[in-house]
Amino acid sequence: MYEFIAFYVFAISTTILFLITVMSKNVLYAMTALAAGMVMISGLFFLLGAEFLGVVQLIVYVGAVMALYAFAMMFFDATKNIKEKHQNPTLVFLLGGLMALLFVLMFSAPIIGDNIQAIYPMIEGVGNAQAVGMVLFTKYLVPFEVAALMLLVAMIAGIILAGKKMDYSLTESESADEEMNIKKGDA
Amino acid sequence: MDATMLPEVTAAGVIIKAVLILAVIAAIAGFGTYIERKILAFMQRRLGPQHVGPFGLLQLAADGIKLFTKEDIIPQHANKFIFAIAPVITAATAFIALAAVPVFPGFTVPFTDIYVPSIASDINVGILFVLGMMAAGLYGPLLAGMAQSNKWGIIGSARTAIQFLSYEVVTGLSILAPIMLVGSLSFVDFNTYQTDGVWLVVYQPVAFILFLIAGFAETNRTPFDLLEHEAEIISGYVTEYSGMRWGLFFIGEYANMITIGVIASVVFLGGYNDFWFIPGWIMIIAKIAFSFFFMLWVRASWPHIRPDQLMWLCWKVLMPLAVINILITGLVIMI
Repeated sequence: MYEFIAFYVFAISTTILFLITVMSKNVLYAMTALAAGMVMISGLFFLLGAEFLGVVQLIVYVGAVMALYAFAMMFFDATKNIKEKHQNPTLVFLLGGLMALLFVLMFSAPIIGDNIQAIYPMIEGVGNAQAVGMVLFTKYLVPFEVAALMLLVAMIAGIILAGKKMDYSLTESESADEEMNIKKGDA
Repeated sequence: MDATMLPEVTAAGVIIKAVLILAVIAAIAGFGTYIERKILAFMQRRLGPQHVGPFGLLQLAADGIKLFTKEDIIPQHANKFIFAIAPVITAATAFIALAAVPVFPGFTVPFTDIYVPSIASDINVGILFVLGMMAAGLYGPLLAGMAQSNKWGIIGSARTAIQFLSYEVVTGLSILAPIMLVGSLSFVDFNTYQTDGVWLVVYQPVAFILFLIAGFAETNRTPFDLLEHEAEIISGYVTEYSGMRWGLFFIGEYANMITIGVIASVVFLGGYNDFWFIPGWIMIIAKIAFSFFFMLWVRASWPHIRPDQLMWLCWKVLMPLAVINILITGLVIMI
């Protein structure tokens, strides 16, 4: 009974919050709603008994990813509304609706066919994090390592892109001042 | 504290526990301001608050009256809704994080059968949940700064974001090494691992120091209080706040300090195990109190640092140290 109520609370609030994210013209509302929606999704994970995934959702999406978005948002005036350009709203609406319908069909087909079987069923007495670890390091070892390698490549690329002239301090060096056209007497 | 002896946890017990946490921690957070002023005053050879009540003890009540009766100002061009909910986010996430940590020992309410558990919600991934919830706490300062249409606020929230991105990696990596040793993410397992009297800080001194430094950054305590550094950016994200909204930020900060103290005590300092002849519940309170005092001590001893120094410290010094610590721990476990 409690789970029933909780599911609908989480599901409805997730939908509403993500709708606000898409519909709102205000950057600040969109960002807040996106973050709050992520929290609600982690609530759904907790409800399903997947505590580990729920917590990872909290840390990775609510914490790290949204913090990066927020950092980008600093360059906008967050209190003003944004004028959006809609070239063809009907087409967007149609394509979006079709995508949503397709996803519903894809995920409900096995449920209707009553054909869901867990390839790796939960072992009794094994915690959530351990179960994820076992599958990751046996069946999905290669994709896991490849993903790690791709992240490493992305990280090195990011460091090289951002790391130009990292070896001298912008606040102390004279040539950096000239580069930024700051004269010492002006300030 | 035997796992098999514990009575059944009912909904009433959990609700009583939740109310207790809210009441006690909010009261301690208020009282913490008095203790902070007194200790800082003592360390700086001043007297501190002493006019209201004996030894200034009623200063807390005076502050409360001041906060509640102050005019509640919302700036004209601010985003009013976000501006209003931002302090609530800080306070709420701080208290939600406390739901998964053992704050005081379990007990049975007198004259009834209701058992109040030690942890309000004993989930298997307790440590990660607490860290995740404290990570969500960054939205308080972030949204507050962005909603108030004030330049100092924007700078404060930009600093929130960089500070968060810096310390979060160190917190996670530093606490990973003890997790590897214990093999569990539950606070109860950490406690039972240390029942033989050897604290985890003996095996993991580097991880402990890294966690403490990251914890200071997480609670915005002084060496890292970039978000509201008065001398540089007025008050950062709280520039436009007044009255009880400002008070909520304060309560959230103090609740976070207590949470960090609990994590440090349970994970590294032996938890709520009995020590020699001292019962466990006194030990855990003593440890939390010491870590609270330690934060004030550091505040009195060290100056602020600049944002670039914080990033340099976190990414170039602490993170490599944490990774090396994990590598060594892994090698030792394997051999």
